[in-house]
Amino acid sequence: MTFHEKGQLILSDQVLDALMPLHLRVDSTGIIRHFAPTLRKLCETSDVIGKPLLDVLDIRTSRQITEFAELCDVRSARLKLNFKQGSGYALKGLFVPLPDQGAIVNLSLGISMRDIVRDHGLSAADFAPTDSTVDMLYLIEANTTAWDETKRLTERLQGAKIAAEEQAFSDTLTGLKNRRAMDHFVRRFLDKAVPFGLMNLDLDYFKQVNDTLGHAAGDHVLQKVSEVLISETRDGDVVARVGGDEFVLAFRNCVDPKIIEKIALRIITMLEVPILFEGNICNVSASAGTTLSTHYEKPDLDVMLAHADAALYESKRKGRACHTMFMPDNPLKAY
Amino acid sequence: MYGLVNRSIQCFVEDTYGRMVWERIIADARSEVVDFEAMLSYDDALTGQVIEATAKHLSRDRSGLLEDLGSYLVTHQHMEAVRRLLRFGGHTFEDFLQSLDDLHDRVKLAVPDLELPFLTLEQQSEESYTVACRFSEPGYGAVLLGMLRALADDYGVLVLLDLEDANDGEAPYELLKVNLLETSFASGRSFSLAGQAAGQ
Repeated sequence: MTFHEKGQLILSDQVLDALMPLHLRVDSTGIIRHFAPTLRKLCETSDVIGKPLLDVLDIRTSRQITEFAELCDVRSARLKLNFKQGSGYALKGLFVPLPDQGAIVNLSLGISMRDIVRDHGLSAADFAPTDSTVDMLYLIEANTTAWDETKRLTERLQGAKIAAEEQAFSDTLTGLKNRRAMDHFVRRFLDKAVPFGLMNLDLDYFKQVNDTLGHAAGDHVLQKVSEVLISETRDGDVVARVGGDEFVLAFRNCVDPKIIEKIALRIITMLEVPILFEGNICNVSASAGTTLSTHYEKPDLDVMLAHADAALYESKRKGRACHTMFMPDNPLKAY
Repeated sequence: MYGLVNRSIQCFVEDTYGRMVWERIIADARSEVVDFEAMLSYDDALTGQVIEATAKHLSRDRSGLLEDLGSYLVTHQHMEAVRRLLRFGGHTFEDFLQSLDDLHDRVKLAVPDLELPFLTLEQQSEESYTVACRFSEPGYGAVLLGMLRALADDYGVLVLLDLEDANDGEAPYELLKVNLLETSFASGRSFSLAGQAAGQ
């Protein structure tokens, strides 16, 4: 390295290759005079030395460059380039005119670096240590690895969550929804302003079955009751066992007192059919009370449950095995 | 401690000795977690218990076990991602050694809350280096020893490694001495910058 008498630095191609392994030099007519070693690996044209730059590379600034003279005139030094032969990946470039003789174009791999490095089998030795390409590739790979691991964790947690929710939302004895699930689904009706009838239903004489025939008989009765409740309701309705022999039913889009009354009486009638368990006959019945979401300006689940409960106790008071509709103007009037 | 450490120990035991051994170790360590998740955090004390129980079950001393763990992380095919990320450190083994200074910060780029030992490299002569390993938990220098031993094979160089305790007056740390005997001892394993990590 020596200093020119005008105070300019003279650098050999060898020094420039070490500094910029992805550069090329052209003379004042745009003929390629030097191609740095890493750039040679990317180029699929043989014998590029002596060829016009624009025959080897396609160059754009804000517009397509067709003549070398245009390149010397453009204000922006930022170039987008790709080799005319080969993969066509976009490279980034910087065009710097030399005082008397031509110009230097320094390139970098830009956003397609990973594909270019793979396609041309480049290694860390092909880049200047100051070039952050290798660090970028490290970061891409490290992030991908961490991201994949996080994604797998999320999938495992999602599976565990679904299993836990299914357990947490259903009553293991009857397969009906439990109180938590009832709460969840009825609140969804409220959120979406779906009109519905909310019925509380208690079994009558269930305690006698349990006490005289044992828990196994009681469990069997609960399962049979669940079958009846499911058969008498529709898919979109909510049927939940919320306590020992207490059930809550929510009838989606059904606020006709006459229809609900009919359903209630049909359920009670079916529950009164004697249930056989290991040679013994189990007799139960049910009392029920219902309120309607349309009774309220802003229906609230807790208030509705309390009103349905009040109607249910009115049924019990009347001698059980019947249904009471809650009426807002006359809270305990039997329908 | 970040689950990545616990998860590494689990993978090492399962891949080397089998699932049954791992389940016995976990029972012995009184851990409620059987399968550790790499991306979750666990109590520091649990990691200590698991290492202790593993050493006991495998009849190894703690440092021997941690050294094996270090080798496993670099050599086992299930851990190819770890080997690859380490190999990004340098084109030659000596370049790689130079990159150890940055390892802590590099890993933080990908997993910001993972705490790893601070490593400081010093060249002592043409072919000898020291790596100071400072960490909240002592003993992890042995993992580094195992990793460097395996990486030397990976690069195809012959090294002599020696781990000793040191103290700079502020805190105790571990000092790993690296002696480069032969830089082109074997062909080593190939590494391509753009290759895919295992399992992708």
